[in-house]
Amino acid sequence: MSPILFWILTILMLSFGASVVINRNPVASALSLVASFLCLASLFVGLDAFFIGVIQVLVYAGAVMVLFLFIIMLLDLKAENRRHFNKGALAGGALVTVGFVSQFLRVLESFKAGSKPFPALGAARIEDVRSVGNALFTDFTLPFQVVGVLVLVATIGVIVLSRRELK
Amino acid sequence: MAYTVRRPNLTFWEKLYIPNIIAGLLITLKHLKKMLNGETKVIMQYPEEKWDSQLPEYYRGAPTLVKDDHDRERCVSCQLCEFICPPRAITITPGELTSESKFAKVEKAPKEFLIDMTRCIYCGLCEEVCPEQAIYLRKDYAITGENRAEMVHDKVKLYELGGVMHGLVHKWNPDK
Amino acid sequence: MDFFSTLPLELMAASVAKTLFLVFLVVLPLVSYTVYAERRVSALIQDRLGPNRTGFPTSLLGFQKDLQLFLGGLGQPVADAMKFMLKEEFTPGHVNHFYFWLAPVLAMVPALSTLAVIPFGNFMFGHKMVVADVNVGILYVFAIASIGVYGIVIAGWASNSKYPFLGGIRASSQMISYELSLGLSAVPVLLIIGNLNLSDAIQYQVNNGWLLLPFTDGKLTAREMLLWIPLMISFVVFTISMFAETNRLPFDLPESETELVAGYHTEYSAMKFALFFLGEYAAMIAGSSLIVVLFLGGWHLPLLPINDIESSMTLSGSILGLVHITTFFAKVACILIFFIWVRWTLPRFRFDQLMKLGWLYLFEIALVNIFITAGILAATK
Ligand code: SF4
Ligand code: SF4
Repeated sequence: MSPILFWILTILMLSFGASVVINRNPVASALSLVASFLCLASLFVGLDAFFIGVIQVLVYAGAVMVLFLFIIMLLDLKAENRRHFNKGALAGGALVTVGFVSQFLRVLESFKAGSKPFPALGAARIEDVRSVGNALFTDFTLPFQVVGVLVLVATIGVIVLSRRELK
Repeated sequence: MAYTVRRPNLTFWEKLYIPNIIAGLLITLKHLKKMLNGETKVIMQYPEEKWDSQLPEYYRGAPTLVKDDHDRERCVSCQLCEFICPPRAITITPGELTSESKFAKVEKAPKEFLIDMTRCIYCGLCEEVCPEQAIYLRKDYAITGENRAEMVHDKVKLYELGGVMHGLVHKWNPDK
Repeated sequence: MDFFSTLPLELMAASVAKTLFLVFLVVLPLVSYTVYAERRVSALIQDRLGPNRTGFPTSLLGFQKDLQLFLGGLGQPVADAMKFMLKEEFTPGHVNHFYFWLAPVLAMVPALSTLAVIPFGNFMFGHKMVVADVNVGILYVFAIASIGVYGIVIAGWASNSKYPFLGGIRASSQMISYELSLGLSAVPVLLIIGNLNLSDAIQYQVNNGWLLLPFTDGKLTAREMLLWIPLMISFVVFTISMFAETNRLPFDLPESETELVAGYHTEYSAMKFALFFLGEYAAMIAGSSLIVVLFLGGWHLPLLPINDIESSMTLSGSILGLVHITTFFAKVACILIFFIWVRWTLPRFRFDQLMKLGWLYLFEIALVNIFITAGILAATK
């Protein structure tokens, strides 16, 4: 991927990501998140990872965020706008961020393998769908099944909880 | 009283929907074929042929002002129609009658009467509310214009469209 | 080696040329004539005539009448376009301006982008007739189509009035529900083809007969007969879901003019409205193309020779390539007419019925269908 494109997409992605937090309007935040996902997906595509890129759009931008937007639109946005900044929470958030970033930098420093570039891949058309499928159903069958069960449990939990609230 | 509509018990075949949908599609296809074969008679080709002569007396076309048998204005500019008009299409400037009229200082007449036809929704409330039966929805339905100003009917235009309406009018009745 | 930096200039130019050809010479005219067909067919179905007299506008030059010649109403799309462009661009005062203007674009762009991976012909001048021949073709279509709902939702929300809002809400829940059955009903096809690439899907059908009509290659094996059953089911579910995805009657709940005025685009006028309109029909074309590619053999016509990359440089090869492209769009046009025909036959569903149909029937049918297909495939291997 040409570095210019990479930087443009990265900057776009990060600035949309920032605008998710900064925007006071929840709908604008949600849309910024979608835009950020789209940029991320283009980054994946730029790295020839079509499958992940498309799944990113399909699942996050196309389904999860539509649901988010659906819920947000039903909220009382005016009340949301009137809310004031909570100074304590802001300070706490900043503290956590600084802590996390400094820790992350320290880890990066000690990770020697990260400093040299990854060897270039071959030119062949990568069957990424096939390889993802193969990996999931051969090497990682158990984790995959466990994740499946986890999701099932979560789904059942949600149904039980929402049922109870109805009464 | 509320009552329950008994839904018919559908057979499995009917519940499948698809056969019925196909039946419906065939019906519309039949109409399409008949139309293409020229079997369906086309009743009327609009701009050349019109149905105007068949319009009933109560047809709700454009609102107009009417005059009585003696060519006098019926409207007394009470402005009731202006108030009731839902989209506020009517604007009335009330005025006095000229002094040579027998009814000067007794009755009034509109100095200007504007109906904005870009707003009017042909609801007929103005006709309904008018105490003097001065405003009627007549049979003009194709009101067009090239700009907004042209679409505002003034008093002259309204009387021209309205013409004469015979019958009872309170306004010019000395015995009233 | 990666995707963006390795594109040779020639390939890039070819892609641009193909995109321009597809969008401006095929899809946009096809959209406007689909609108015309919609009006005309609906009229004929309802025993009317429909727009049958827009010819050359000689009356503009002072003549008594328009010149009809052989046009007989075919000038109508041009007149429609002119009208949309010349109309007053009105923005109501109570809307959220930025999103109000953004929404029509969001409705139009995804619909056109899905066409990028659709192979609309075989070879022409040594180039494959598909803008982007990616190996996740069908997933890409689903992904971009799922983005298309944002235009509607944003329009409904930004209009800041009740009917558009209801339309937007309906659109979001409807689209999410039907995406599932749409995706799942395509899985049997992918199982059989064993690939997500749409060109490969067509290639498979060229070799083995169209999936919906497996005898088009001249022979019908027992395996094909067995697979026919799940494919039929899959086709029906896919088509129904496609109706819902493209907001067509009987599933046009976001728009439903009898209850919501015009749904999400109630507050829109002139070209902004036209963009929604175009987006809707472009989505319809993309959906029909997908149906054609997955089930009806794409550009393939039985008994006709097929050109390849070398022969497409010669005259006969290019003529053949043109025939392939024409075949493809003829098939798409047939599906479009079917869309229109259904629209003017069926009444609209109620919203709860729509949800019930999607979640309780189509979803399950599509899911079971996958198992049936997989079973047949495993048994006949
Ligand atoms: S038209 Fe009738 S209601 Fe209107 S101002 Fe005249 S008299 Fe009054
Ligand atoms: S018909 Fe209705 S809208 Fe038109 S002027 Fe009369 S009251 Fe107003």
